[in-house]
Amino acid sequence: MSNKKKKKLTPTQQEYQDFAKDLTPKRPVLRNCFRAFIVGGSICVFGELLKWFFVKYFSFPEEQASDPAVAVLIILSILFTGFGIFDHLGQWAGAGTAIPITGFANTMASAAIEHRTEGYVLGVGGNMFKLSGSVIVFGTVAAFFVAVITLIIRALGGI
Amino acid sequence: MLKGRRTWVFKSKPTILASAAIGGPFEGKGPLAEDFDVLHQDVWLGQDSCEKAEKKLLEQACEIAINKANVKKDDVNFFISGDLMNQIISSSFTARTLGIPYLGVFGACSSSMEGLSLASLIIDSGAANYVVTGASSHNIAAEKQFRYPTEYGGQKPPTSQWTVTGAGAALLSNSGYGPKVTSATIGRIVDMGISDPFDMGSAMAPAAVDTIEAHFRDLDIDPSYYDLIATGDLGSVGHRIAGELLIKHGMDIPTEIFTDCGLLIYGKDQPVFAGGSGCGCSATVTYGHFLRRMREGELKRILIVATGALHSPLSYQQKESIPCIAHAVSIEI
Repeated sequence: MSNKKKKKLTPTQQEYQDFAKDLTPKRPVLRNCFRAFIVGGSICVFGELLKWFFVKYFSFPEEQASDPAVAVLIILSILFTGFGIFDHLGQWAGAGTAIPITGFANTMASAAIEHRTEGYVLGVGGNMFKLSGSVIVFGTVAAFFVAVITLIIRALGGI
Repeated sequence: MLKGRRTWVFKSKPTILASAAIGGPFEGKGPLAEDFDVLHQDVWLGQDSCEKAEKKLLEQACEIAINKANVKKDDVNFFISGDLMNQIISSSFTARTLGIPYLGVFGACSSSMEGLSLASLIIDSGAANYVVTGASSHNIAAEKQFRYPTEYGGQKPPTSQWTVTGAGAALLSNSGYGPKVTSATIGRIVDMGISDPFDMGSAMAPAAVDTIEAHFRDLDIDPSYYDLIATGDLGSVGHRIAGELLIKHGMDIPTEIFTDCGLLIYGKDQPVFAGGSGCGCSATVTYGHFLRRMREGELKRILIVATGALHSPLSYQQKESIPCIAHAVSIEI
């Protein structure tokens, strides 16, 4: 990818980009990974606690308890987005808040809030899936191919 | 009058009779808060959309500039303005309110100096007695159009910049007392193949350097002629690159006179990553901060090099690189 990109550049452009690269601050990748691990991990632990809570106090069967737990995380994430806290959390935690279900809820809620000024139909309805739409599309496509592969393996006498 | 390849020298020295700068709440927390005429506490300015809020900012800036100069709105011949919104709606809607014959310009963040150089040219040619020029940007409106929703929790890299919520306007005349516009160098597009919209500083720095070099070559003067040379919104990343590039090209601008509007507008404690950006950045800092310092006699000759990244969200998604431009205007008192 990067090689393909570089091929199109003229020597002057290439020279400048190498020159500018040395003077540009890098993304703090290690720090970002560490924070993402801590925050993402904490969210997952919190989700597990919620699950345990629903099993213990609301007598949910074990395999269904993740549904209300996920719903609580989604509601919290949307509330945090609405109160204007989530974007600051996201800047600090990066992938930590983006990868769990909280990130997905945030993409939908933030787009809905942002486009409220264009009305409910063209604004909120039309733009709500602006960021999350591709997650749904590629999530479904990936699930389809995984299902096909599983079926083939089974048909061949696999697991 | 044309001098060199692309510099206009204004013989009649159009005068900036009055100027105004309007800012939002975040700008009010910055070190230049004192230099704004109006600072709004509400980022929406009581409007029901951020686009309307931006229009309000520009309207206010123009009206205050016209009022300060004690000129009647009907006597102003032309209004030249630009902003970042699609189809420059903030400028056009402001022109609707003002009712002044209008020329809309688009130079992205360089619109402020594009407007000022054209306004000066019109005055200098005798085609107008009074021209008002302005530029505006709004943080939420710009983020919404160019990047992600403001409440989206994506992580921004350290090279990204913070779009200024603000508008600046200046009223120019062929007579009167005030800072004079003496020359303008029109930029050409410089594209170094950078395509990351979160790294505007490195994309725009070569354009600024190109225009600065052209300015000094055309006028055959030395950087020490100016008390201050300020780029528009390169931020800390672009400013550093521009400085190093100028040294590499053999032009030594003393660091104490070389600055950037995007570095001045916000304090170190404000979370703006590499610095401020947007049309409102160079417009408010020039028309508010720099012109105040000139009127107080602190600065005598300044050169403002407003930089603009001429991409769109569409061009970036289609993997186009970012074409950049810079226009330089010299103001003397």
